[in-house]
Amino acid sequence: MNPRRIISLVKKDLKKTHREPAVLFLLIIFPIVLTIVFGFAFGGIGDGGTTSFDVGLLNLDATSPQADWSMAFVNNLTDSEVFVVYAYDDNATGQSALLQGNLDAFIVIPEGFGDSIASYYGSPIDPSSWTNTTIGLYVDSGSMMAVSAVPPLVQQVLMKTVFGSDAMTLNLPIEISSPALVKSSTFSQWDFMAPGIFAFASIFLTMIVAQSMTYERDEGLLKRLRTTPVSSAEYMVSQTLTYMIIASVQVALVLASSFAIGYRPATGPAGIAFTFVIALAFSLVAVGFGLIAASISKSAEVSTGVSFAFIMPQMFFGTFMPLGGATEVIAKFMPSKYLTDTVTTLFLRGAPITTPVIWTNLAIVSILGVLLVAVGIVLFEKFGSR
Amino acid sequence: MSESAITITNLTKRFNGITAVDNLSLEIGWGELFGILGPNGAGKSTTVNILNTLLEPTEGSATLDGHDVVFDPEHVRKVIGVCPQEPAFYPHLTGRENITLMGDMHLVPKDVLESRVSSMVERIGMETDIDRLAKEYSGGMIRRVSMLMALVNDPKIALLDEPTVAMDPKSRRAVWDYIRELRMQGKAIILTTHYMEEAQELCDRVAIIDEGKLIALGSPTDLMETHQSKNLEEVFLKLTGKKLREET
Ligand SMILES: Nc1ncnc2c1ncn2[C@@H]1O[C@H](COP(=O)(O)OP(=O)(O)OP(=O)(O)O)[C@@H](O)[C@H]1O
Ligand SMILES: [Mg+2]
Repeated sequence: MNPRRIISLVKKDLKKTHREPAVLFLLIIFPIVLTIVFGFAFGGIGDGGTTSFDVGLLNLDATSPQADWSMAFVNNLTDSEVFVVYAYDDNATGQSALLQGNLDAFIVIPEGFGDSIASYYGSPIDPSSWTNTTIGLYVDSGSMMAVSAVPPLVQQVLMKTVFGSDAMTLNLPIEISSPALVKSSTFSQWDFMAPGIFAFASIFLTMIVAQSMTYERDEGLLKRLRTTPVSSAEYMVSQTLTYMIIASVQVALVLASSFAIGYRPATGPAGIAFTFVIALAFSLVAVGFGLIAASISKSAEVSTGVSFAFIMPQMFFGTFMPLGGATEVIAKFMPSKYLTDTVTTLFLRGAPITTPVIWTNLAIVSILGVLLVAVGIVLFEKFGSR
Repeated sequence: MSESAITITNLTKRFNGITAVDNLSLEIGWGELFGILGPNGAGKSTTVNILNTLLEPTEGSATLDGHDVVFDPEHVRKVIGVCPQEPAFYPHLTGRENITLMGDMHLVPKDVLESRVSSMVERIGMETDIDRLAKEYSGGMIRRVSMLMALVNDPKIALLDEPTVAMDPKSRRAVWDYIRELRMQGKAIILTTHYMEEAQELCDRVAIIDEGKLIALGSPTDLMETHQSKNLEEVFLKLTGKKLREET
């Protein structure tokens, strides 16, 4: 493995991004244009500066002997940076505030909440002796962001209250009602879509990888290289590095252009750094798919079509396309979904980078990326390079 | 340095049914400019591609600089310069970048590389065009760049598969001079060509092969004498045309 050879090959590929109009367009111009066009089309950028959720709260268990539990729950809600909590004394006022768009969600702590937790601690392994209760949760249906973010966040706070940590879902006597959606509007579509643009841009790397590998193969360039001392490991490392560099440039471009039109992600430098890291991991996925596409394609033209078989599903099920029902299940199999989900968690929900789910996502994307690149290399060496 | 530059022993290459190279044995010395001639499909490129490690022989063996192409391809790749029959180049790079890239692959020291590329380019008359993108080149320009891509590592052994195709007479002369100079430096050169006057003018020895078999071997003058011909082209036609006459 010699760095000079690798750098030289990387430079060779990077030159394509500004010298070949098609590559320049797909990898550099397209992400910028997409960001700006969608930003304006789904508009309202700049006025949706809120990064936290305004949550109304009605505590019906405040006077019970076990009121400590509901107090702790309220404190945890308030402490979590994502919620700005407003106390309400009755259901009607809270509901009407939600309707008027003054709140993103309205939470009702039921009577017996404290008893319920106490009953759990009385016999943690015997559900039949628990006193069951349900937290009422009403979410503004006009805010897709609130709909997707609030319920899991409330769940998280509940766990923290009961167990003192972010334990995973266990059997509990308290249930959170499936959120009753209440119409009003706060955020624009764009706030919901912006995170998807990041994956959308990088997905197309697959096509460029596939095209450039088949081209180099068909034009005898791979053969020519193979008569020199460069090893296939050096070549593959150069390919991977090239597209990792391009992927980070894409993230920077999407960030910069969305910033330019007024978008302000609800995250700080750490969240942005994390986004670069997971985008790098995702570029491995794209390179892996590209290599696989190149291996099964007879020519550069064919590889374009074959790449779309990898690109399309990821685009529809793993970027900013609205999902629901069965498609949620399909989305679980889309690597791009984990990137979008992470950026959504950071940029939209304003979650801190200690949030477990984004690390799980990073692990999934990284492992998948490394696996796909490995499979891609094996397939390409075996069937693709002729 | 091994005694002979290239040793080919009972080399056979079959592609599902077709015997492209048939029990070929040759020995090429240092400082020798060796031509391989033969009609289309004779097996010239196949032979060269075994020597440059792209193809593995079906039977027999080949060593370059004392190293077997199958067992020690890494060494072989270090000492050869390869000009493929179909020039392969990166269209989005300039001629100079294409040549430099090959130099990088061979780890030619950076300072040496830069000045070497410039002087090579001058020799071959490409100064004015070398910094244009390769996709804009004419056929002959591509060939000249491809030739320099092969020679930028200053190889001990040059394997040139029809290097002068599509070149104008002036460029071809420049390449000939270049090749002669390599020979003077003690390098071994294999050159395939369809231009008989090129082989006659340039080569110390030529092998004429047909259907993968060696049918004549010797210096151009010896061959012309043996076959009572006034030039190499006549020799070639006599030897390779025989079969055509027999068939009709
Ligand atoms: N990869 C391959 N698969 C199958 N047959 C092949 C392959 N490469 C070469 N051949 C066959 O081997 C024979 C020799 O081909 P080769 O390319 O060596 O000829 P050549 O002497 O270089 O011809 P030309 O003067 O046209 O370049 C031909 O019959 C050709 O069809
Ligand atoms: Mg040939």
